[in-house]
Amino acid sequence: MATIVGAATALSASKSFDSRKLHLPSRGSLSVSERKGSFLVVRSDGSVVHKAHRAQKLITNAVATKADSSAASTASKPGHELLLFEALREGLEEEMDRDPTVCVMGEDVGHYGGSYKVTKGLATKYGDLRVLDTPIAENSFTGMGIGAAMTGLRPIVEGMNMGFLLLAFNQISNNCGMLHYTSGGQFKIPIVIRGPGGVGRQLGAEHSQRLESYFQSIPGIQMVACSTPYNAKGLMKAAIRSENPVILFEHVLLYNLKERIPDEEYVCSLEEAEMVRPGEHVTILTYSRMRYHVMQAAKTLVNKGYDPEVIDIRSLKPFDLHTIGNSVKKTHRVLIVEECMRTGGIGASLTAAITENFNDYLDAPIICLSSQDVPTPYAGTLEEWTVVQPAQIVTAVEQLCQ
Amino acid sequence: MALCLRTSSRSILYYFKSKMGLLSSSSSSLNHQHHQKPPFTATTAQNLRDPFANFSTKVNLLSPRRFQSTKVEEQWDSLNHDHHNQVLDFPGGKVAFTPEMRFISESPVERVHCYRVLDDNGQVIMSSKFKQVSEEIAVKMYSDMVTLQTMDSVFYEAQRQGRISFYATTIGEEAINIASAAVLTIDDLVFPQYREPGVLLWRGFSLQEFANQCFGNKDDYGKGRQMPIHYGSNKHNYFTVAATIATQVPHAVGAAYSLKMDRKKACVITYFGDGGTSEGDFHAALNFAAVMEVPVIFFCRNNGWAISTPTSDQFRSDGVVVKGPAYGVRSIRVDGNDTLAIYTAVHAAREMAINENRPILIEALTYRVGHHSTSDDSTKYRPVDEIEWWRSARDPVARFRKWIESNGWWCSENESELRMSVRKQMLHAIQVAEKADKPPIAELFTDVYNVPPSNLCEQEKFLRETMKRHPQDYMPDVPV
Repeated sequence: MATIVGAATALSASKSFDSRKLHLPSRGSLSVSERKGSFLVVRSDGSVVHKAHRAQKLITNAVATKADSSAASTASKPGHELLLFEALREGLEEEMDRDPTVCVMGEDVGHYGGSYKVTKGLATKYGDLRVLDTPIAENSFTGMGIGAAMTGLRPIVEGMNMGFLLLAFNQISNNCGMLHYTSGGQFKIPIVIRGPGGVGRQLGAEHSQRLESYFQSIPGIQMVACSTPYNAKGLMKAAIRSENPVILFEHVLLYNLKERIPDEEYVCSLEEAEMVRPGEHVTILTYSRMRYHVMQAAKTLVNKGYDPEVIDIRSLKPFDLHTIGNSVKKTHRVLIVEECMRTGGIGASLTAAITENFNDYLDAPIICLSSQDVPTPYAGTLEEWTVVQPAQIVTAVEQLCQ
Repeated sequence: MALCLRTSSRSILYYFKSKMGLLSSSSSSLNHQHHQKPPFTATTAQNLRDPFANFSTKVNLLSPRRFQSTKVEEQWDSLNHDHHNQVLDFPGGKVAFTPEMRFISESPVERVHCYRVLDDNGQVIMSSKFKQVSEEIAVKMYSDMVTLQTMDSVFYEAQRQGRISFYATTIGEEAINIASAAVLTIDDLVFPQYREPGVLLWRGFSLQEFANQCFGNKDDYGKGRQMPIHYGSNKHNYFTVAATIATQVPHAVGAAYSLKMDRKKACVITYFGDGGTSEGDFHAALNFAAVMEVPVIFFCRNNGWAISTPTSDQFRSDGVVVKGPAYGVRSIRVDGNDTLAIYTAVHAAREMAINENRPILIEALTYRVGHHSTSDDSTKYRPVDEIEWWRSARDPVARFRKWIESNGWWCSENESELRMSVRKQMLHAIQVAEKADKPPIAELFTDVYNVPPSNLCEQEKFLRETMKRHPQDYMPDVPV
């Protein structure tokens, strides 16, 4: 099954394709460093083109509601184009310019610019103290961030990979989430904890964690997941401005998404979900990278005559039950697509929340597509099978709409 | 190891002899950004409020230049120079080679010496140098130590009577609490573990405020959310106690980092016990503080016991003081039952921390006279006569009293008057706190976030409906 690396593909009409007919280049050619300039385009006839540069004909807008498929020349449109990691950096830089108390700390964020280059150039601009390279002690530098936040700074703690923040669980749960409450509101912790997570390309089990499952219970924190350059910048800015501790989940494979974003300043709401594609037949709830699998499946579904409503929930804690509820009341069918594991994932909580609140509106049981309860294997084929693929999504919708 | 010990004790002696900053040969990690050490005059040392007149900062904290790779102290002692003059630049700095294979011993020939000013009879030891204390400060220190002792015994009794659910005394560590607090200004931030209520007492927290927290009533600043003794007060710059061990140590480093960014003339102090030094957070925090050069005082109350674990089961090093140099942190060991020694050491530490932007580690040797808490019976793991000996013969409060009495600043009438008065105030405070209302139901849901989100509003509604529907299942005096 083709998973598209890099920007979204052209929206030409396509039949569902058989993966066996596709001959994809070996995964070795798609290393991280190459991804910036090259990607796969899967045509509707099943042939594969390996593009070495960013084509002009690509749809760069990740919100796939329009029927027109070809992007006009980029010069005439307002706004500017950038990649998701650049959008994060832009948001971060704007906030650091605006507020001198904003600072960054993490491993290799300073001169190295961050393992995914989100903080590139910031140390040169703001100094080594404000973009701080820390020794390797996640629990302790998260604790440091909490102490700094209680004393008036607004730190952004970067986990090099979200999985490393498991070491910071004590500080995040017992102190970050709790101290505002246990101090009777005397000390606030306006910290942002961010980092790349999710299943990447053969990074192995330890580097493919979905920490949103583990963190979702902690009272006192908010969790958001970005998925496009637009919402990445907006959510980064909102998280920094928030008085509450916010965990911003980025995805390893989405850093090179390209999109045109406005020149004017904007901030996204931390508690709102994003309507990706309005529809009538079924509500598909998803977030982060799965949004793209869902949208790909949506194309197939549209061709089969379905009209799915796709919502990127964005806010993982708390859920935007208002948007979700309105959608459920309209379509009466819910499919949740997530990357978390089945047990105790975001999907599990979302299923419970929808069932509790909107049970009367459901015509069918909620279907939740998640990864299996296994550590993510290294082998490419195995790894692919643990992640929900568009074909499964199509099948699930067909099942729901019977 | 032996070399390091000599160097650190040397630096303390030099401090007193010259009242100048530091010998550059004994400082660690020369950083190319810091062009010179700031001059340190006698006047600045004496002034508690520290106007910082001579601090010539050539350090541009927001300089875009990266800290160049720090070179470890360039020890060109002639010792190392003899016959092996081959030296190589490994990452981390030059190091001399030696053909002699010599392991550094795991334990020193002699343990690090302990700084002490007053002997067991409260008399100043002949050759000791210490920071002179005025009568006013000395009397306040002593009164607060007595207040702390009394407060402890009254609260402990209250717990035994079932009036509060939990308490932990500070018996034996009154000198640590009060003397260290007395040096600091209100702008210095305090990150406590849980056996330092004396610091809050010194800063003006009233007995009533202590009682309110222990009873968790509506006047508690923590709004009844934490167990007793988990005090916190932002206006006193005393950060709320968290039950987790040593998590406050990295917090303190972060706060010191914040002070450094703001260029405030203040420092941070954080307290922890011998047991807390085993936590990973302690080690990383010391490391960070040294690397980032922030003004924080790490104060270890080595009272010999972590609940039932004696220090011999906690670590095999010579206490905690030797861990400082391992991270590049200047350290000292003091007698934790000696008020004047603690006062002097913390005073020096604070000056160094602020003037030089460096962390300091202080290990205060003392004894936990009381049980770990009201959930503990320490006679089960240590001999009763040992406890009694430390309670009476080595009582820090009595020792200090002898000193102030010998100065003519205190007498036995003051003593009985003070103890009676404090006890009466305590009993009254408890009565008032006990009778006060508990926090209302609404406070169950506030402060989780800055504004309650919809799910919490729903949950509150649900709870209220349930209470209304089944009033017999809920206590009638719980305010809504």
